[in-house]
Amino acid sequence: MELIAASRIVRAQQAIAAARPYVAKMGVVVGHVADTPDARDHPLFRSPESVRRVAVMLITADRGLAGGYNISVLREAERLLREHQAAGREATVVVAGRKGENYFRYRHLPILASITGVSERPRYEDARRLVGLVMGPFQEGALDQIQLVYTRFVSLGSQIVTVRQLAPMEEPSPAAPERGRPAAGASAGGSGAGGSATGGGGVTGHKTDFEFEPEPAEILDRLLPRWLEAEVLAAMLESAASEQASRQRAMKAATDNADDLIKTLRRVMNRARQDSITTEIMEIVGGAEALRQAGIETGAVYNEFFESAAERA
Amino acid sequence: MATTQFELVTPTRTLFSGAAEMVVCRTVTGEIAFLANHMPYIGALDTSVVRVVGPVGAREGTTEPDVRLAVHGGFVEVKDNEVVMLADIAELASEIDVPRARRAYDAANQALSAAGGGMPDPQVEAALRRAQTRLEAAQA
Repeated sequence: MELIAASRIVRAQQAIAAARPYVAKMGVVVGHVADTPDARDHPLFRSPESVRRVAVMLITADRGLAGGYNISVLREAERLLREHQAAGREATVVVAGRKGENYFRYRHLPILASITGVSERPRYEDARRLVGLVMGPFQEGALDQIQLVYTRFVSLGSQIVTVRQLAPMEEPSPAAPERGRPAAGASAGGSGAGGSATGGGGVTGHKTDFEFEPEPAEILDRLLPRWLEAEVLAAMLESAASEQASRQRAMKAATDNADDLIKTLRRVMNRARQDSITTEIMEIVGGAEALRQAGIETGAVYNEFFESAAERA
Repeated sequence: MATTQFELVTPTRTLFSGAAEMVVCRTVTGEIAFLANHMPYIGALDTSVVRVVGPVGAREGTTEPDVRLAVHGGFVEVKDNEVVMLADIAELASEIDVPRARRAYDAANQALSAAGGGMPDPQVEAALRRAQTRLEAAQA
């Protein structure tokens, strides 16, 4: 299983790399459209005066035996839930992965929706399905905020549970460099939101005037769900790689432990066997001696004892 | 002839990346063609065929036949002589499974005519458009 996981990490990393240009470029386009005046009024950017209903989206594995992978995400998600509840906000979870689903169901915590069976090989359609579960309620105003909890794949040795706010969006473009993606050309700088989450393009060096077809507002309506899907897909792919890395580590540790255990047990077994042989020989020798002293003819009996003892040893 | 950089990216791979003389596509508001140094532009793509005219080949200076791609929605951004298209689903014409597209086309057509005069199912309509676009791209 360790080897299987190891080979799957490579595939998962390739999937991350394949999706990266799309996600990065999507961020750039969103940044450009978000820079227009009417974009700020879009529901996905407007933050409500008070957040009352929150959905926490979390990405877990479908299967266990992955060390602390699932429990780290679950713990973080539950902590968020408690935090929201303590602040008087209504919080539900949207779960990807069977492990997460079972966890929340078992504890009777509120699940808004869940999808399972995709954790190891997430596809774009899965990201779309997951986003679709929350977009409707969000657009109808049944949800004020959507958070995402996933495991960032930093390297084979390091995966970090990360919380991000999906909606309302704080700043579209800085997400890209933050993740260590290439900044998608020089144009990323022009997308403005840069360091100013609230400024709305005040700091931009040069601003490009785009021609929009259709109107920016309509483009945003189409663009933002796609952008969320791209983000969720990236998160799912990173989580998938993290899952395999955790599993590989867990399985390596399990194999090492088993090897140690085998070594210890073999020693115990050999000692026990040796003990029993020694005892048996002592008994035979003692018995034969007793017979001899009693003056009984020992020849045949004596030989028989030793033969059978030799066989058993 | 002056060229423009063109890139078509999907979530799973980059379908096209290179220079071309012209890129023709259809946005939800109509057809548009991008030549070199087009003004900055952002548009929403329709389900349609994207035509890359005069793509510059791997060898410097040589041009190859036009490349056609079936794009099922997405976005196009033009800036600094660079045309970037983002599509959640797109295929190169050469990769399209024509018999399958034809079957999908026939099935969608049948479903539409079976529905008769009633409101056509938007999903079936979308399927029909997708199949049409694929067939058109493959020039089958």
